Amino acid sequence: METLTTILTGVLVSVATYLILSRSVLRVILGTAVLSHAAHLLIMSMGRGLKSGEVPILMDEALSYVDPLPQALILTSIVISFAVTAILLVLAYRTYRETGTDNLFEWRGIKDE
Amino acid sequence: MNNLVVLPMVIPVLAGILFVFFRNQIKLQRWISFIVMIGNIGIAAYLLHLNQIAGIQRIDFSGWMPPFGISFVADSFALILVLLTSLVAAICLIYAFSSIGEAREKMYFYSFVNFLVAGVNGSFLTGDLFNLYVCFEIMLLASYVLIALGGEKVQLRESIKYVLINVLSSWFFLVAIAYLYGAIGTLNMAHISERIAESGQTPLLTVISIVFLTVFALKAGLLLYFWLPGSYSIAPTAVAALFGALLTKVGIYAMIRVFTLFFYHDPSITHTFITVLAALTLIGGSIGAVAYKDIRLIVTYNVVIAVGFILVGLAVATPEALEGSIYYLMHDMIVKALLFLLAGTMISVTGTTRIDEMSGLIRNYPLLGWMFFIVMLSLAGVPPLSGFIGKVLVGQGTIETGSYILLALAFLSSIFVLYSLLRVFLQCFWGETIISSEDEISMKKGWMIPCAILTIGTIALGLGAEFIFPYVSDAANTLLNPSDYIDAVLTQD
Repeated sequence: METLTTILTGVLVSVATYLILSRSVLRVILGTAVLSHAAHLLIMSMGRGLKSGEVPILMDEALSYVDPLPQALILTSIVISFAVTAILLVLAYRTYRETGTDNLFEWRGIKDE
Repeated sequence: MNNLVVLPMVIPVLAGILFVFFRNQIKLQRWISFIVMIGNIGIAAYLLHLNQIAGIQRIDFSGWMPPFGISFVADSFALILVLLTSLVAAICLIYAFSSIGEAREKMYFYSFVNFLVAGVNGSFLTGDLFNLYVCFEIMLLASYVLIALGGEKVQLRESIKYVLINVLSSWFFLVAIAYLYGAIGTLNMAHISERIAESGQTPLLTVISIVFLTVFALKAGLLLYFWLPGSYSIAPTAVAALFGALLTKVGIYAMIRVFTLFFYHDPSITHTFITVLAALTLIGGSIGAVAYKDIRLIVTYNVVIAVGFILVGLAVATPEALEGSIYYLMHDMIVKALLFLLAGTMISVTGTTRIDEMSGLIRNYPLLGWMFFIVMLSLAGVPPLSGFIGKVLVGQGTIETGSYILLALAFLSSIFVLYSLLRVFLQCFWGETIISSEDEISMKKGWMIPCAILTIGTIALGLGAEFIFPYVSDAANTLLNPSDYIDAVLTQD
């Protein structure tokens, strides 16, 4: 099970890397979203979250539970990346309105001397 | 248990939330945020004093004993940085009062400055790795807003890049935490250190340490500083000064903490990496500092050089070198804030950013000119000022370990710092006066007072080295003996 999720994480990371290196800002933001999925999946498979066990809710008859800590970490990290993605989307929209293009190559920085 | 430890993070958060409800009461927001920073200085100073008598202070949130709960740990190193953060933030606030403009102030400027300071203080004080990640994100989200606030074209363009690079480095941080949790099974920093010491630093852990190095190198601008000049040079002056003084320093703090507390068992690999990166940063920063005629870029590349210099101290890791690093870190927070404020003031009085378009400012603004002269000498490390002691101690450490190339690079970079700023000084302050007395923009008190306080700060830090030294040496001592830190956190009381 861990091997499969690791391979899936790898695929997600390569897709995200490809998207982040593209020119259109929307594709880059999609890339960061995929990237955060990969990180969350990785945290899930790194803890003992994939071993079989009950959901981490206290019950009388359960013998073992899955590791609850990674789930809490992922939950925290999901909301953080949600906030960051929201601010990134708004920034991209504002910049598009100001510059009239979504091509990152035309958002070059300070002119060289 | 000491409830004071959490206050440097809690008070700014509460103030920031409070300001949301009083959006238009600018006077109130100014006063409260200034008082918050002064209060934080007092708390940090008191805790620093307590540290000398009673040892490292900690608080376990809601009574959960470490390693099961999150705790805040206040050792001397963290407290020194909290103290200076609050000091620099208070002074940048004074500058912001008269320069930032009412439009920005009404758009929650003070809220976000408070959140930024809360994130920085939290990062310094936390004793938990994932909590460090969360505090980083608090700090970064506030900085995203501060950098884009105002919504000018160039700000929007650069803030997109800044956000993207930080999303990427936060991703690396999450991955590093996931791997370390998979390998060690704990997140409390002291407990991680203990478990690594028990099981030995396996090659797997060394690989994880390199992932951590990548993360903090991106945050601190250690070789991976390509994002830094663009984003630091477009923010308003007071914000740029806050960024230059605080943000990269948090990355440096985290790197020093991680490599003295967790991954100190295999220095032949990890510390060699840091050595090479620090050397390349010094070279790259020096080239950048002399390459440009834009004063903002010269100043931002000086930030890069300082990052390289501080990490030379970590790379050699002798007691003297670490003391030197800590001392230089303190000096750099004050002096970089001052340098950014002075450069920003020069830009606002001349209306240009290029040094070849300014000339003869000393006739119009003598005080500004001499303060720039002092900050230049201080950054170059001239004896009575604060840059000197750090440089000597780091130099002593490199000689002890025989890393002469590193020594040569570190001291050559000082010459480049001196040259780059001397060029600014000669171009802008000397020569023919271009601003006639009729066109002269009168110097505001709100611009000069913060600069003057910081100038006094750098002189005091240099002259008062003997008074500060016990705290610095205690901080370096804790870093070099991780068992002190572990005992202070994991003993039940």
